[in-house]
Amino acid sequence: MTNPSPTTKPLVLVVDDYQDAREMYAEYLEFSGFRVAEAKNGQEALDKAFELRPDIILMDLSLPIIDGWEATRRLKNDDRTRTIPVVALTGHAMTGQSDEAKGAGCDSFVTKPCLPDALVDEVRRVLATRGGARPG
Amino acid sequence: MPSPVPLPTSHVPDAEARLALAESLLACDAARPCAEAVVEWLVRHTQAGVAACLVREETGDRLMCLAARGLSEAQCDALEWEPDGGGHPLAEVLAHAAPRYFPAARAPLPALGNCFAVPLGRAGVPAVGLLLIPASGTALPPEVAWVAAHMGPTLTRLLPAGRRLDAGDGLLRRIIDAVADPVLLTDLDGRPRIANARAEALLVAGTDASEGRRRAVELNRRVFSTALASGASGGASGTRRREVPLVDPAEGMDLLFELISTPVHAPDGHEVMVSVLRNVTDLGRATQALGESYRRLRATEREARSERHRLDRVLDSVADPIILSDPSGGTVMLNGPAEKLFALPLDGGKAAQRRVRSNVATFSSFLANLVDGGAAPRWRGQLSLADPATGATIPVEAVASKVLGDHGELTGIVTLFHDRTEALEKARLLERVKEVSSQLEARVQVATAELAEQNEKLRRQAIQLEQASAAKSQFLANMSHEFRTPLNAILGYTNMLLQGVSGELSPPQKRNLTRIDSNGRHLLEVINEILDITRIEAGRMPLHLSDFGIPELLQEVVAELDPIIARSKLAVSTELGARLPPVHSDRQKVKQIVLNLLSNALKFTHEGSVTVLAEYVTATSTLAISVQDTGIGIDPAYQEKIFEDFQQVDSSPTRAYGGTGLGLSICRRLATMLGGRVTLQSVPGQGSTFTLHFPRRARRA
Repeated sequence: MTNPSPTTKPLVLVVDDYQDAREMYAEYLEFSGFRVAEAKNGQEALDKAFELRPDIILMDLSLPIIDGWEATRRLKNDDRTRTIPVVALTGHAMTGQSDEAKGAGCDSFVTKPCLPDALVDEVRRVLATRGGARPG
Repeated sequence: MPSPVPLPTSHVPDAEARLALAESLLACDAARPCAEAVVEWLVRHTQAGVAACLVREETGDRLMCLAARGLSEAQCDALEWEPDGGGHPLAEVLAHAAPRYFPAARAPLPALGNCFAVPLGRAGVPAVGLLLIPASGTALPPEVAWVAAHMGPTLTRLLPAGRRLDAGDGLLRRIIDAVADPVLLTDLDGRPRIANARAEALLVAGTDASEGRRRAVELNRRVFSTALASGASGGASGTRRREVPLVDPAEGMDLLFELISTPVHAPDGHEVMVSVLRNVTDLGRATQALGESYRRLRATEREARSERHRLDRVLDSVADPIILSDPSGGTVMLNGPAEKLFALPLDGGKAAQRRVRSNVATFSSFLANLVDGGAAPRWRGQLSLADPATGATIPVEAVASKVLGDHGELTGIVTLFHDRTEALEKARLLERVKEVSSQLEARVQVATAELAEQNEKLRRQAIQLEQASAAKSQFLANMSHEFRTPLNAILGYTNMLLQGVSGELSPPQKRNLTRIDSNGRHLLEVINEILDITRIEAGRMPLHLSDFGIPELLQEVVAELDPIIARSKLAVSTELGARLPPVHSDRQKVKQIVLNLLSNALKFTHEGSVTVLAEYVTATSTLAISVQDTGIGIDPAYQEKIFEDFQQVDSSPTRAYGGTGLGLSICRRLATMLGGRVTLQSVPGQGSTFTLHFPRRARRA
């Protein structure tokens, strides 16, 4: 496991209303060498995204105020955030949800429960396809 | 009357001369030249110098000289005589029809000297003339006999018929010839002496007659003689009558005659028979015809009578009363049923008689409509009659029709009555049936309404059940989410601790955390599988059909389990049958089943091999994917049970093998969704083979 220098560390925005899960992923991402920002609902996610311009966003879909689908749609419709990859996280394994998430503009889809190391693997994979981390 | 006896012609001195005479006779068409030729021939060929031929005169009975040689006219005249004169020597010759020698002293003509008189004629008829020729001896010269035999028939032919009679009275002859019935004079044996033309036709045949005619005549003569003889012997005297069947010789028809015979005495003293035959053939026929007509008349009469009887019986057999009335309304005839209503009973009580009179009055006033009613040919009405016996009212429909004669005049009225009791009863029953039917209909409507209500209730219950089911599914989905969220944290933090995110762990800490991890994973697996079963049962796991290949799918399955395979010491191989076609089915579900079967095989096999085999069964158009292992095997007692929910062979809490016991249950459900099934063959201790069978082309349920 490599620890990139702080300036080159990609910034990950973790959006989840369930504090234990959010903090668990945040802790493991930092342990794995990422910078992490957190948001506990859709509105906060949008605000943080526009403000911080993260390299990648982990978006739980069941969120209060503004849900994950709507938040993703707005991010993808805004020039400032259009290129930021969004990895959807959901506990709903029902068929069709992944399609819905893709339709909203999500770049990847991960079903909870998802172990922290598996999630970090997915983040790395998505960033690699995007040609590396963007400067924050 | 005797016929000339045929003369012997044995000695023939000059055949040529005879031939010449015969030819000249054949050529003759009159009596005189014939006679002259014969006389000439006799003079030349017998050296007689004198010859004469005498024949009966046409209109009288005189014998006249037709031809003569060597005789003066005076001598010829002397020879001519009247047969009735009596005693003339030549009369006997004619009467007996036999040649006779006359010595010169008794010669009919002194100039002739000794001479012969030879009768001329034909067999069966009286002689018509004589030849006179001088005789040189008492024997008749053969030439003369020959000439007489040949000339006789010719002369008979050439002379008029009247000539033939040798009886003195030609008038009498004509009279009897004019009689339409056969009349004859015979000797007592039936030999005819005189016969009129009709009798001759039946009983006389000339030498030139046909064979058939001769036979018929012969037969007739025999019958006639027999009849005559029977009469002669049977009666004392006088006229006899009897029937004689004869044959018409010309036509061959059977004729019936009545024979009336009377014995008379001839002038010569012999007793002879006068017979008259009366043709009764036609009479017999007429009698027969009359009898036939009579029989027919009787038959017709019988037929008419039986026709009348039949008509009566027909009328009586009609169950409805019928009355025939005359034009003024008087009753002419009643059939049986009508009699019961309208005829006064002989032995009935007063009540019955009163009812009958009432019926008759009712009928009369009904009939008055037609009798006085003018042109209407028919009158119809409803009458109420009374049964004479019981007094019960009989409703009837009466139809009276006029019977018209040939000229349209009224000859009678026929009235038919039809009992309406039954019809009225039927109408009443029909009314009742209608009433009941409408009641029934009302009940049916009530029942239908109830049924509709029940249906509506059921429908609402079904909707409620559906909603409940949907709610259950939703609940399970929510529950699964609610389970997973904390489970996600538990597994996540355990994972992080085991990775040393919070610092190094002591071996006991690590062992305990590993137990938390494995129990957490098991719990997750159970939740996932319950969720699958719930979704299948709720019909919320739809089929996603697509075309795909089996080899690629097996490759993916093996790849996914590669970490487990690598950890095991098993030889895992894949075998593909020849001509595996692409299939059209739900790829995800086929993969899930094979993945489950293969992971089971890996779990329960400690050493040996696991083989995945794919084949296509052309006959049933199905694919078979088998997973064959050399594992612990399954006892037959458990082979069915393991497909049930939460069942493993060892379901005890202390069991040696992990897993939820839901895998095969899900496999079986998924296979059913594909239109297929999962089968098992296993021997404990040797291994098991699980096979998924599914159609090459799945059909949407």
